Amino acid sequence: MLEFIKQPWPWYIAGILIGLTVPALLLIGNKSFGISSSLRHICAACIPANIKFFKYDWKKESWNLFFVGGVAIGGVIASYVLTNPNPMVIAESTKQALASHNVKDFEHLLPTDIFSWESLLTLRGFIFIVVGGFMVGFGTRYAGGCTSGHAIMGLSNLQLPSLIATCCFMIGGFVMTWLILPFLLNL
Amino acid sequence: MTTNQVTKENDEFELKETCVNNSEVKKPWTANLVYAFMGILFGIVFVKAEIVSWFRIQEMFRFESFHMYGVIGTAVVVGIISVFIIKKYNLKTADGEKVVIVPKTFNKGQIIGGLIFGLGWAITGACPGPLFAQIGSGFTVISITFLSAVAGTWVYGYFQDKLPH
Repeated sequence: MLEFIKQPWPWYIAGILIGLTVPALLLIGNKSFGISSSLRHICAACIPANIKFFKYDWKKESWNLFFVGGVAIGGVIASYVLTNPNPMVIAESTKQALASHNVKDFEHLLPTDIFSWESLLTLRGFIFIVVGGFMVGFGTRYAGGCTSGHAIMGLSNLQLPSLIATCCFMIGGFVMTWLILPFLLNL
Repeated sequence: MTTNQVTKENDEFELKETCVNNSEVKKPWTANLVYAFMGILFGIVFVKAEIVSWFRIQEMFRFESFHMYGVIGTAVVVGIISVFIIKKYNLKTADGEKVVIVPKTFNKGQIIGGLIFGLGWAITGACPGPLFAQIGSGFTVISITFLSAVAGTWVYGYFQDKLPH
């Protein structure tokens, strides 16, 4: 059983479990699923700087911070206790395309030649680690949600604005992947 | 319309995009531990299904794997059915409250912000949730990505009034 759990989980198991998070949060405590909100609560709690956007009762939303703290702990358990004994299996075509753009590590969840402390001070590392993160934080808040708040929670409630947001997430991702990443990866 | 009403509507606009606790029941902080537990399960799913992998996101945007489409598609279908059942049978929360889901209102932010997030998503290979799981998985440098995302959120809050919505 444990050996089975240690293997990478199929998409339908993950999809069902993630989908069930929506009713679980609603029925346990009337909470709507959304993760990027945690970043706003962190700003409100730590650096509100008298900005209107961060002046609200973040303590009422502290459940969200407990949730993301749990996600980090879950990451520890999944990686150090339920460790996948095998290297990543990546689509051959993706691997070849990325290798031709100077990506070298295909063994881990992330390519460690890009995402490491050593590469942080290189131009490529800085863009992938710092600039990318900034765009994720800025963009999700501007859009009013991320993959969880819009694509999963919003679409579950059949919200048109969430469908628009989700389409824009994907368009942005396609533009980056096909038009800009080949350049950035070769920096 | 009085100024007071304008302010109130403005606050509602700003909060309904984020504030996602619709329970009016006051509880001690320890009640939040159940959410930490759910987060742990969620984080395990994220890592074991490799949703936190930069490579899975690249495969998705390159149309070279069905995995992420399967995950998100299944999650949305399960979510739609769940919300439908909750509404149809008027299910109550564990505290006996009516389930409240605040509708989203359209503004240009969903387009502009959505595009910016999408661009960033393909770079980092992570939306906000996976960032936490990646850090837990031992990729400690992602804590810098996380801090940068917090900074991005803060900068949005600072310039919110000046940005088109």
